[in-house]
Amino acid sequence: MRAFAAALWLAVLLLPVGVGLAAGAADSVDVYGELANPALQSRYEHITHDLRCLVCQNESIADSNVELASDLRRQVREMLVAGKSDDAIFKFMTDRYGDFVRFNPPLKPKTWLIWGAPFIMVAVGAIVIVRIARRRARLPLDDEPTSEIQ
Amino acid sequence: MLKFVIPVMAFLALVVLFAFGLNPHRDIHALPSPLIGKQAPKLDLMDVMDPSRHVDNAALKGQVYVLNVWGTWCVECRVEHEELLAIAQQHVVPLIGLDYMDQRDKAKQWLTQLGNPYESVGFDTDGRTAIDWGVYGAPETFLVDGQGRVLYKFISPITAEVWEHEFLPRIAAARRSGA
Repeated sequence: MRAFAAALWLAVLLLPVGVGLAAGAADSVDVYGELANPALQSRYEHITHDLRCLVCQNESIADSNVELASDLRRQVREMLVAGKSDDAIFKFMTDRYGDFVRFNPPLKPKTWLIWGAPFIMVAVGAIVIVRIARRRARLPLDDEPTSEIQ
Repeated sequence: MLKFVIPVMAFLALVVLFAFGLNPHRDIHALPSPLIGKQAPKLDLMDVMDPSRHVDNAALKGQVYVLNVWGTWCVECRVEHEELLAIAQQHVVPLIGLDYMDQRDKAKQWLTQLGNPYESVGFDTDGRTAIDWGVYGAPETFLVDGQGRVLYKFISPITAEVWEHEFLPRIAAARRSGA
């Protein structure tokens, strides 16, 4: 019982340390803090969420803690402060890392398949459904199974 | 007729997809570099071995060279190092190093202890040169021709086989075409 009470006390004492560590970890994603200009900060967030961290590949550079992501965030921040447009920043990144660096790749001949795939799949599905529906429409309505559908 | 053709077409499409997607030699993390065929980015850095010296790729204009990105934190670079030493022994092209996300004294120690295959090694203090080259890991190796164009990029450790089949023919072709 005494051991339990001691453990409880220890846990209570260490709680602020744990919370502090967690907060520190969250902060380290953005070591430079927010940009002073709120308009720039909102563009910064939009851009960094649309750029892929190439080390982890399914995380954006806004979410990733690896060093490359932090270097790329610094790059985005500096270009924003220097007055560069969003397009210029995205171009800077795709010129170096290719379209894969963007979660939202531009529409161009090389990416038609990516953008078109959902529509192609819906179209294929629609054709299949129409064909099945038409075939069923031609079936006799009576409940007796015919030799045709057995 | 259609009843036969459609499944066969679907099957062939799957064969092509699997041949590509399940190929064990394909590195799913290796991205094609948009720099291929373009002018190589600038590299002008302090030399790891001698901070008073500069490594500048403008000075390499006119010759084919290989740029190898590495770091002492990179386990696969340690694996690759033996091969780089062997490549350096062949004296085919200058090997230039780019020490990435590293500490200079550690890098210096690495080269002193394991041997230095590089003609010079640029020390990328803040990762900016690496960003310009589209580097996202190590090891990565670029081949640049005499006109300063990026000919080829290889991601993951170079092996003797890769050097012989991917690099040497491209180096020979670049020299033949006068580039």
